[in-house]
Amino acid sequence: MKISEHWLRELVDPALSTAELADLLTFGGIEVEAIEPAAPPFDRVVVAEVLSVEKHPQADRLNVCQVNAGTAPLTIVCGAPNVRAGMRVPAALVGAKLPGIEIKLAKVRGVESQGMLCSAKELGLSDEAAGLLELPPNAAIGLAVRDLLDLDDQVLTTKPTPNRGDCLSVLGMAREVAALSGTKLKWQKPVAVASTITDVMAIQLDAPADCPHYSVRIIRGVNAAAATPQWMVRRLQRSGIRCISAVVDVTNYVLLEMGQPLHAFDAAKLSGGIQVRRARAGETLALLNGTTLSLTPAHLVIADEKNALALAGIMGGAASGVTAGTRDVVLESAFFTPDVIAGKTRALGFGSDSAYRFERGVDFAGAGAAQERATQLILQICGGRAGPVAEAQGPLPARNKVQVRLARAARVLGFAIDAPQAVSILERLGCRPSLTGEVITALPPSHRFDIAIEEDLIEELARIHGYNKIPAAMPAAHAALLPVTENRRDSAAVRRQLADLDFQEVVTYSFVEQGWEVDFCANPEPIALANPIASQMSVMRSSLIGGLVNAVTFNASRKQSRVRLFEVGRCFLNQPGYPQPWRVGAIAFGEADPQQWGHAARVADFFDIKADLEALLTPAMAEFVPVVHPALHPGKSAKVLLDGKAVGWIGELHPRWQRKYDLPSAPVLFEVELGAVEQRGLPVYQEISKFPAVRRDLAAEFDENIRYGDISSELKRSGPAILRDFTVFDLYRGEGVQKGKKSLAFSVLLQDTHKTLTDAEAEKAMTELRRILQEKFNAKLR
Amino acid sequence: MQELDKLVAEAAALFAGISDADALEQAKARYLGKAGALTELLKGLGKLSAADRPAAGALINVAKQKLEEALHAQRELIAGRTLEARLAEESIDVTLPGRGRNAGGLHPVSRTMERIEQLFRSVGFEVADGPEIETDFYNFTALNQPENHPARSMHDTFYLADGKHLLRTHTSPIQIRYMEQHQPPIRIIAPGRVYRVDSDATHSPMFHQVEGLWIDEQISFAHLKGVLIDFFRRFFENDNLKVRFRPSFFPFTEPSAEIDMSFGDGWLEVGGCGMVHPNVLRNVGIDSERYQGFAFGLGPDRLTMLRYGVNDLRLFYENDLRFLKQFV
Repeated sequence: MKISEHWLRELVDPALSTAELADLLTFGGIEVEAIEPAAPPFDRVVVAEVLSVEKHPQADRLNVCQVNAGTAPLTIVCGAPNVRAGMRVPAALVGAKLPGIEIKLAKVRGVESQGMLCSAKELGLSDEAAGLLELPPNAAIGLAVRDLLDLDDQVLTTKPTPNRGDCLSVLGMAREVAALSGTKLKWQKPVAVASTITDVMAIQLDAPADCPHYSVRIIRGVNAAAATPQWMVRRLQRSGIRCISAVVDVTNYVLLEMGQPLHAFDAAKLSGGIQVRRARAGETLALLNGTTLSLTPAHLVIADEKNALALAGIMGGAASGVTAGTRDVVLESAFFTPDVIAGKTRALGFGSDSAYRFERGVDFAGAGAAQERATQLILQICGGRAGPVAEAQGPLPARNKVQVRLARAARVLGFAIDAPQAVSILERLGCRPSLTGEVITALPPSHRFDIAIEEDLIEELARIHGYNKIPAAMPAAHAALLPVTENRRDSAAVRRQLADLDFQEVVTYSFVEQGWEVDFCANPEPIALANPIASQMSVMRSSLIGGLVNAVTFNASRKQSRVRLFEVGRCFLNQPGYPQPWRVGAIAFGEADPQQWGHAARVADFFDIKADLEALLTPAMAEFVPVVHPALHPGKSAKVLLDGKAVGWIGELHPRWQRKYDLPSAPVLFEVELGAVEQRGLPVYQEISKFPAVRRDLAAEFDENIRYGDISSELKRSGPAILRDFTVFDLYRGEGVQKGKKSLAFSVLLQDTHKTLTDAEAEKAMTELRRILQEKFNAKLR
Repeated sequence: MQELDKLVAEAAALFAGISDADALEQAKARYLGKAGALTELLKGLGKLSAADRPAAGALINVAKQKLEEALHAQRELIAGRTLEARLAEESIDVTLPGRGRNAGGLHPVSRTMERIEQLFRSVGFEVADGPEIETDFYNFTALNQPENHPARSMHDTFYLADGKHLLRTHTSPIQIRYMEQHQPPIRIIAPGRVYRVDSDATHSPMFHQVEGLWIDEQISFAHLKGVLIDFFRRFFENDNLKVRFRPSFFPFTEPSAEIDMSFGDGWLEVGGCGMVHPNVLRNVGIDSERYQGFAFGLGPDRLTMLRYGVNDLRLFYENDLRFLKQFV
C-alpha cells in the first residue's frame, strides 16, 4: 500500500524524520519497502499571474509576457500554446533549479526573459504536458508551488503482513505509529451528518452470518459530475488510485483513510429495497471490470428486488454504478466477514482493494464512522441532501478477553518485560489491559483480527518493545553425542565420491518436458502439474536421465567435448501415495579421459562408466544383467542388481535419442537408488592364509553369446574349493580365433587355508576348471 | 724392488687413462690376470730362498694391494660417470601436465547446504528429510494455515493435476512430519528443494531451503537470535557481521521475524524465523505448555550468491560447466 507521509502526519506526527518514521514502522512489523518523493527536487518556483501576453517581435511561436510573481512585474518569454492573460501558473525565477535545468537571466531572440513559466513536465510532475500547468485562480501569488501543491511530501510503500489487515489504511498506520512511538493519535471520529430528507432504503438481510452489519443511506440531488478537489486527487494519486468521478473518488478516499470499503449505487437503477443474500444458482452478474460472472450460492451478493447488483465486498456491478448523470446515490457501508470473502478472488482470478481488506478483516465497528465521513465529503463536493442511515445487524465477531502471564512471556522471549511496561504497551494498542498479580487481561479492539491467544499478546509485547532490544543468547543444551552409523554414509559422501570420480554435480528441474518421460522412461502417464510455469516443465520426472541428457546437450552445444555430470535428487512415481525415491545418476559424454599428452584419446564407453559405478558401490559387488530399457542401446544396457535386488540401470544412450537430442556421440550413463550407494557393509575380518597361493593362467575360446558373468558365477558356485579368485585379463577376437568366437584368458588363484598346495593338487583343480568350461560353456581350450 | 714400484706406477697410470669399464677389466688382466705381470712375480717367489721369500712376498702383496686400490678407484670413477650420463639421458620435462583424470566438483548450492549441515551438526542438530510432493495438510493446514487463509497467497503454489497434492512451497512440512514421529527435545535441520510459481532473475520456480527446528522446555526467542547470529557469522566467517530481526508474520510461528544481514552499506533479507506457534505443537500432539522452541527457514541459493558473489540466480539451474567448474 502506498500512502502520503503528510496525510499520515495529519493523523499522527512524531518528532521523527521520514527515514526514522519508516524505520519505526519497519521494526514494528509494517515493512516500509520504499520511500519516494512526491515530486523531484526543484526550488524558486512560485505562483504567478500572467498580466499580459504579446507576440514576440522576432519569433512567431513565442510570446512575451508580463508576469506578477509577487514582486516587481517580470518579463518572461514563453512558448506554451495555452498561455493567456489572467491565468495563474508556476513561474521559475532566475536562479531556480529545475530537474535537469537551471534558470538564468537570458535573452531569447533579443528579448530578456526574467524566468520561465512551467508545464507539469518541466517540474517533473508528469511525463507529458500540452502546455503550462494551470493553477487554481485563487492560488496565492508568490506562494512557493511546492507548498501550493504539497510537493515536499513523500510516498511510503508499505507491505503489511496478511494478519494485519488493520494497517491497510492511513488511520491504521497512524494507530500503529502512535503505539510504536508513544505519540498521540490526532484522529477524530467523524460526527454524524444530520439528515435533511427522510428517504430510507429498506434492507433485507438474508445472510446475517456473512454480513453482520449492513448500512445504507440515500443522498439525493448530488452533482455527480463535480470536480474532485485537488487535495483529494493528489492523495489518491500518491496512493496509486486512479481518479474516476467525485462520488467514486470519495469512496476510495475513505477506503484509504479508514480502511473501510464503501460502495455507491445509482438509486435510479435500483428496483425496491436492498437484499443481502447468497446468490442463486444460474444468476449472472456483469461486474465493473467487464467480466460477467455465473453466480453460485458460494457468492454473497447485494441485490435489489429483481437482480444481483454487486458481488458483496468484492466488486460492484456495471449496471448499478454511479455515473456522471447520477442524481441520487445509495451509499453502502458494511462489514462482510473474512470467511465469506477469503479465497474468492483466487477462484475469480482477479482481486480488488475491497476484497483484499475484507478477507484480512475490516474493523467491524467502523462502518458507521466511514458512512458519516463519506457522506460529509460527498455533500461537501457534490452537494445534495442526505437521508438517515438504515442499518441491519447480524452476529458481529466476538472479542474475547485474552490473558498473558508475564512469567510465560519471559520464558518464551528469554527476556522479561516488566508489568508496568507490558501494561503500557497493551494500553497503547487499545487492548484495555488490567493487571492482576503477574497476569494481564486484555480485550483486543475491533480492528484487530490477530489477537486471540496468549502468544498473540506475547508477540505484541516483543514487537512494540523491539526485537532488537531482546538480547541474543546461546541455549544450554543437554550434551549427547550424535549417532554415527558406520554401515551407511550420507548423501554428501556419495556426492564427494562422484566428484572425485571426475563428475560435476548439476541440479536440474524436478519438473520436465512430457516428451522426456516418453522417450527415456516409456512413461505415458507421468505426474502432471495443474499449473505448470511452462510446457517444458509440465510433468514430474520419474528418472534423472532426461535432465542429465539435457544438461549434456546444453554443454555440448557450447563446445564442451567432454562432459561428465551427476545429480542426486528425488524422482516421482505415478503410483498410489506418489513414491518419491532419491536417486543418483551420472552421465559421461565424449572422451574417457581429459585431453592429454602421451595417451591415445578414446570415447568413454560402457565399461568406463561401469567402473565408475563399481567404484561407487564398493565394497558391495553388483551384478549386471542384460536388459532392454527405453533410454538405452538394447545391446549395451544392464540392470544393476545388489544382493539380487534391482537398484538401477546402466548403459549407453539409445542412438535414436542421441540423434534426437543433438549429441555427436552417445553418452554412457547410470541411474541407481541413492539408498543402495549409501549402504556400506561393515568389514568382517577373514583370516589370511599362511600358505602360499598358486597362480595359473587359462585361455579358452567361447561362442560370442557366452557371457563372462555366467562363467564367473558358475565357477564360483561349482568350482573346486581351493579356487580363491578368478579374473579375466584378456579378451581377444581376430586372427587365430574362429569368426563368431572369442578368446578369453583368465588368471586363476588357488589356495588352501590349511596346507601348501602340491603341484598335483593345483593341476587337479585346473583340470576340474577346464572340464566345467568345456561341459557348461562349450569352451575350446587353447 | 724398484721394478715393483715402476710396475705399480705404470699400472696406475694406465688405469687412470681408461674410461670404459670393459677396457679397465682387460687392463687389470695384464697385471693381475693368470698371466699378469704381478701374478708372474708371485709365481717367481718359489725360486727364492726360504729366507728371502717372506720379505719378497710381502712386497709383492703391498704392490698388489696398491694396484687393486687404483683399479677400484678407477672403477668407481667410471661407474659414477656412467650413472651421471644415464641420469642426464633420463631427465624429463617436469613442467608437462600430469596424466589421468581431473577432479569433478559439487554444485555451489550443495557446497552451501553441506556447510550449513556441518555448522548445525556441530551443535547437535540432526538432518531430517521429507517428500517434495506434499498434501495440503502438511504444507498448509498443519502449519496453522487453514484453507482460504490470506497467508496462502504469500506462496504461489504448484498443484498436481489430481487436485489433491501440491509441490511443497517450503521445507516446513518436514517439521510436522518429524514432530509427529518424535517427542522433544528436538533439534533438526531439513534441507531440500521447494517450489513456487515464480520465475525471474531473483526467483526460480524451484529453489532450496533449509528448515531448522529446536524444541525443548526453555528454548526462547533470545536463543533463536543467538543461534542464528552465530550461524551467519560462522557461515560467512565474519565475526563482525551484523544480523537484525524484523517483526513479521508466518502462520506457524509467533512471534515471527524476518532476518536481515548487513551487506555492503545496506541490509539483505536472508531468512525467516520465529517461535513455533502453539497450534502447530498441538497439531502434532506436543504439550505446548511444557515445550516451546524456534523454527527458521534459510535460503541456501541466496546464501550461495552472497558467499561467492553470484549475481543471477538462474545460473544455478542452467548447469553450464563454465559456471559450475568455478566451484570445484
